[in-house]
Amino acid sequence: MSALRTAQDVAGGERSASEVVAESFRAIDQRDTEIHAFLTLQREQALGEAEALDVRITNGEDVGPLAGVPIGIKDNMCQIGEVTSCASRILEGWRPPYDATVITKLKAAGAIAVGKTNMDEFAMGSSTENSAFGVTRNPHDPEKVPGGSSGGSAAAVAASMVPLSLGSDTGGSIRQPAALCGVVGVKPTYGLVSRYGLVAFASSLDQIGPFANNVEDAALLLEVIAGHDPKDSTSLNQPAPSLVAHLDHGVRGLRIGICSDLLQGASDDVAAAVAQAAAVLQGAGAELSEISIPELGLGLSAYYLIAPAEASSNLARYDGVRYGLRVDGDDVTAMNTRSRTAGFGDEVKRRIMLGTYALSAGYYDAYYGQAQRARTLIIQAFAKAYGSVDLILGATSPTTAFGIGEKSGDPLAMYQSDICTIPTNLAGHPALSVPFGKGGDQMPIGVQLLGPTLSEQRLFQAARVIEQGAAA
Amino acid sequence: MGENPTSLSEEDVRHVARLARLTLSDDEVGRFTEQLRGVLDLADDLEALNLDGIEPTAHPSELSNVLRTDEVVASLNQDAVFAAAPKIIDHRFSVPKIVGDAP
Repeated sequence: MSALRTAQDVAGGERSASEVVAESFRAIDQRDTEIHAFLTLQREQALGEAEALDVRITNGEDVGPLAGVPIGIKDNMCQIGEVTSCASRILEGWRPPYDATVITKLKAAGAIAVGKTNMDEFAMGSSTENSAFGVTRNPHDPEKVPGGSSGGSAAAVAASMVPLSLGSDTGGSIRQPAALCGVVGVKPTYGLVSRYGLVAFASSLDQIGPFANNVEDAALLLEVIAGHDPKDSTSLNQPAPSLVAHLDHGVRGLRIGICSDLLQGASDDVAAAVAQAAAVLQGAGAELSEISIPELGLGLSAYYLIAPAEASSNLARYDGVRYGLRVDGDDVTAMNTRSRTAGFGDEVKRRIMLGTYALSAGYYDAYYGQAQRARTLIIQAFAKAYGSVDLILGATSPTTAFGIGEKSGDPLAMYQSDICTIPTNLAGHPALSVPFGKGGDQMPIGVQLLGPTLSEQRLFQAARVIEQGAAA
Repeated sequence: MGENPTSLSEEDVRHVARLARLTLSDDEVGRFTEQLRGVLDLADDLEALNLDGIEPTAHPSELSNVLRTDEVVASLNQDAVFAAAPKIIDHRFSVPKIVGDAP
């Protein structure tokens, strides 16, 4: 199911939006009892919007580039009147009084939100097992995780319940589940997509991005959601990039570095897929070289101090006063403490405590300060690398999807899942994961393309070449 | 500079839990202490680096203050905001007592 084709058919009157949306709900009804990609569905609302859209199309109106396309929304993006829980007990049942900017943009483009997708609580995790409302299963093997934290969004697209979904990526939370579920996932340049209405985890790292079944659809969705937003002061003052129109420009003459540091710990299957993807790019005229950026090895430790530090501050707002869970106490401190203790799951508590510790007196410089300086080293090392290559190729995840329960008791093993994706977030750069073959376990493999700030056009061109090579 | 990162104690974990407004059972203190030590061990490779003279990065883009023109714009609907509150009294958020005898 191509989103672009669907939108063209709906806009051209060949299919009705109502029919497309009803078909999406049929697919959800058929598969989601097993997969559990969605936390909530917006059946009535979506069908009503589709009908209204059909009337407008009959009247000759241009309803936008995503006319009638059903889309899944990660449950950390605010949508007026629709429960936005972040898969946490502390926000269970919370209905936001406003729309995130991405929701406003989707509506204006004619897309139809069908429901909110499951995730690791507050986007903290790599398997979607940290959801307070149950795990999501990988559509390719229900005994395996879909990755995380945007596991529901990845699984919903992989299981053909929706052609598109939105996720958020703080340390790999779009790209890693995309790889594990065999779909395309994009983490845009920091600031390209507004964060207004995205529930904050780590504000200097968070970025919203698309999931799709193919590179073209992902490009289309990114075009729709990108662009400057006065409501997000970190939003780049840049027009949205033109991606779909430039998709087939190829990679002739493009310099692409295969980065050995983004293959460390990769399984043989994954390493072989990256090598084959490199051969495809080379066959299409790209200039391949092997590069090493040892500083990327500092990413994991820097990230697991910086992200929790920012999270501990961002999550201080859950105090039982203005919204969310309240457990009463004799005084306000007891009420705050009881509410947070009852409302947050273990992984969220771990990261809040880690961040609180890293920021506390006597440790601030040794932990948070040192991590911020390591972040500078990583940014400088990337800048040096991009002096000699245009894009970087590596693994997205070191392995294919692991078993449900396999790593959930061992936070450190889980954190290693993000080792290839984290450096991009620290630098604020764009990167994407594109499916490339399967492992010996018959589970999908994703290869990762990385580029410097605002290199999305090139990234999508190279991803398109890899996609065509994978299909060949 | 702080102490050796691996020296995180159960008392440290109790202290940060208190700062973060979380209550932990004794079992949780033991488990979290071990897990957090594991994560802080990761930071050993950072501590070993000589990063003197390297400027810290707090944010990936070059941020400066963003100002808008001083015009009246609509803000959130008050009733919609209060509708999500656990407890309100007369258009105010209601909380248990803040001042008074120490608990």
